[in-house]
Amino acid sequence: MFLQTFLQNLLNGLQLGSFYALIALGYTLVYGVLLLINFAHGDIFMVGAYIGFFIATFLMGAYALQFPLPLPNTAIFIITLVLAMVLTAMVGVTIERVAYRPLRRKGASRLYVVITALMCGLLLENGNLALLGASRRGFPELLPKVMYTVWGVTFSNLKLLVILTAFAVFILLETIVRKTKLGMAMRAISYDRMAVPLMGIPVDTVIVFTFVLGSSMAALAGVLFATVYPVLEPYMGALIGWKAFIAAVIGGIGEIRGAFIGGFLLGFVEIFATAVFPSTLRDLIAFSALLIFLSIRPTGIFGVARRTKI
Amino acid sequence: MALLEIRHLGIYFGGLRAVHDLNVTLQGGELLGLIGPNGAGKTTVFNMVSGFYRPSAGEILLEGRNIAGLSTHKIAALGIARTFQNIRLWNELTVFDNLGIAQHHSLGYGFWDAVLHNKSYRQNERRARKVTEELLELLGLHHCADEYPKNLPYGLQRRVEIGRALAVRPKVLLLDEPAAGMNPGDVEQLMELVRWIRQEFKLTIWLIEHQMRVVMGLCEYITVLDFGETIAEGTPDQVRQNPRVIQAYLGDEDVAHA
Amino acid sequence: MQRYSSVILYIAFCALIVMAAQAGWIDAYMQLVLMYVGINVILSSSLNLINGYMGEFSCGHAGFMAVGAYITSILNIWLFTSDQTLSGNVLSGSNAIYLFPVTLLIGGVGAALAGLLVAVPSFRTRGDYLAIITLAVNYIVKSSIENIQAIGGARGFMGMRKVVNAMTETVNLPWVLIWILAVAGLTIVVLKRFVNSTYGKGIVAIRDDEIAAEIMGVDSKRLKMIAFMLSSGLAGIAGGLFAHVLGYINPGTFTIMKSTEVMVMVYLGGMGSLSGSVLSAIGFTLILELLRPLQMFKWVVIPLLLILLMLFRPEGIMGHRELTDIFPKLRWFTLSKEKQI
Repeated sequence: MFLQTFLQNLLNGLQLGSFYALIALGYTLVYGVLLLINFAHGDIFMVGAYIGFFIATFLMGAYALQFPLPLPNTAIFIITLVLAMVLTAMVGVTIERVAYRPLRRKGASRLYVVITALMCGLLLENGNLALLGASRRGFPELLPKVMYTVWGVTFSNLKLLVILTAFAVFILLETIVRKTKLGMAMRAISYDRMAVPLMGIPVDTVIVFTFVLGSSMAALAGVLFATVYPVLEPYMGALIGWKAFIAAVIGGIGEIRGAFIGGFLLGFVEIFATAVFPSTLRDLIAFSALLIFLSIRPTGIFGVARRTKI
Repeated sequence: MALLEIRHLGIYFGGLRAVHDLNVTLQGGELLGLIGPNGAGKTTVFNMVSGFYRPSAGEILLEGRNIAGLSTHKIAALGIARTFQNIRLWNELTVFDNLGIAQHHSLGYGFWDAVLHNKSYRQNERRARKVTEELLELLGLHHCADEYPKNLPYGLQRRVEIGRALAVRPKVLLLDEPAAGMNPGDVEQLMELVRWIRQEFKLTIWLIEHQMRVVMGLCEYITVLDFGETIAEGTPDQVRQNPRVIQAYLGDEDVAHA
Repeated sequence: MQRYSSVILYIAFCALIVMAAQAGWIDAYMQLVLMYVGINVILSSSLNLINGYMGEFSCGHAGFMAVGAYITSILNIWLFTSDQTLSGNVLSGSNAIYLFPVTLLIGGVGAALAGLLVAVPSFRTRGDYLAIITLAVNYIVKSSIENIQAIGGARGFMGMRKVVNAMTETVNLPWVLIWILAVAGLTIVVLKRFVNSTYGKGIVAIRDDEIAAEIMGVDSKRLKMIAFMLSSGLAGIAGGLFAHVLGYINPGTFTIMKSTEVMVMVYLGGMGSLSGSVLSAIGFTLILELLRPLQMFKWVVIPLLLILLMLFRPEGIMGHRELTDIFPKLRWFTLSKEKQI
């Protein structure tokens, strides 16, 4: 019985961790390349979910536009996912172009860019609130929910999908960063931004690519999240964004492995904490764990302390 | 009792022996030199003495007390001040304030005094300002007291940095390549300044420098490092002729002709 | 006489306001706006000490507000009221007048101690990592309060109005307004004296080059501790005052949004400029009031404003300068401290 509860919690932790990991990956990619905490990232996740919502409902005929052929729901899901990723990536790139790049051009101190990022996030949240109102939206059920029971542990196919996606994304990103030229450029920029353009590498292009990757991952997480928890509201990205950020930091911000491991670690901490303590303490425990962890190991699990030379 | 005694000092970064078995004694009042090729570990030694690094081995005895591993500000309070290879002045503060802050350890008042503007604050603040003014006057920096270091020519910045180190009221002054990047005219002035400081403030000075003219001209006794180890010690003449030294510099002409 | 001219002027100014309030020339709404201005001045300048002078990125100021707010409110209700849930009816309401500043101070001390939660990590980390820690502390404070049912949990509690009434009944003056004006004035004096002293300037040295500061003898740990405790302590007092303006209190008031509001004021005014913080606090509060009909768009306009600020004038209104740098004539009021020691 205990084993079953444990495995159940383990699976829940894996699922929650998958969401955190997917979003944390976006934070860590941008930080690795720009040394910028893109505080707007959690809200990109929200944008992805909302864009997915509108695409899905549109395709299902909600806006009185019927397609010649009725599409099967699974097809709608795939189209929604891909389109949401593409469109959200465009949103991310636009923010980079309009808000971050001019500051980079001016050589503005990193602090100003961070503040701008924070403000962009608030803008997205409250812009959504102002434009679409406070009422929550229900994400349409696109994938049939099938429950499995193995060894007394129940889970749905959706949960499995989320976890497998997270792993797949991790492998994909690791491959890109370690085995492709673009990935190498990303790593080079994180070491020395000044020298890289001198070597003929288009820094702006690489940065745009980073944002594309990060934002589409966030959108992926957003659509999946909406599939599993079908209620959307404008502030849904805020808290989960902070949590994913915590995960990225615990893992060692700038390291992809770190974001991944950190995401799952946080997922487990939260799930197992709520198994033992009342659920209202969940956030408290998560943030306290962060505080304690950072006090012991300020650079995170995989983070490398940058030694100052004088 | 010697003023500063360094015994078997060593620091190891992982497998790298950056400094190994260094032994130097300063009785007080000397002008010592520390030279060696790039990467020999000279600045690392200064970093250990000033407290920025914690040595892996050995002792640093200041007036008999082992200061190895103490926090940097404590070591400053005990009487060790330094300048840096790359100037590290506070560019957001005026020259006046740069020297003022170096007196932090001897201010004599605290937070509540400052807030209440009580007698302790007023007296001590006045005294600290006087010290700064006198130093600026002595160093010929009075005219740029309200300037920001980044607006000053390089040679003046170096002088300000020395002034700041002097404001700490040290017993031992560590100068890390003070002549770096200077033109020959400035170098002459610098050498004059160092000699004068040593006399005026009765300081003990330890100098790292690459320009052999400066080292040979100023120092009474020189320690030569290579790959963290001491390969020679002695007076400038002795060191100049030491074959190991010449070899370490790979036939550096400065050594032979300085 | 000249040395304290600015203080005397300020006291006269406050006296005028109080008289105007009593006479009814300033109605309740304007008094409310004034009180918000005062509180924002305290918040903005106290945060400027950390984010501006010390160059850190603290985004959890509201957490310290909350600590002070709750401590002061609970103490006041317990001591001076008899019909609230938390009442202890320990002292008669007429004592509230004398002891209000005391409970405020206790709240401030509590908040200052909470500030240690951020100060201690700051010894080893800075920049981005410290920002996260401040965020976490903000959340932890808010979460903790939400979980303590005895003080109302997520719903909070009210009753501060009774305390204010008790004070007004003893002597009929707008007490909360008076205390806000007093604390705001004191805050400016304390901060100004601190950052203008050689001791306080060590904070700027830490911001500029902490390693050099340490090597030159600055006890950076101690300074950081003082700075953080002072900043959060003042925020706590502001929180206590805030609670008594509102009349009620709940954790939802002290979220990251509130911290962001304070940050906006600091960056708007200019990091490291006290006069900037004061000006932007005044301006920001007034703008917020003007935007009240556009409630929904308030949090669209504010971020947009700040983004534009970052793009075109990141130093804020005042940059690193003070009013006395732009208008040297004003030095007549403040010249004292610098040269006349």
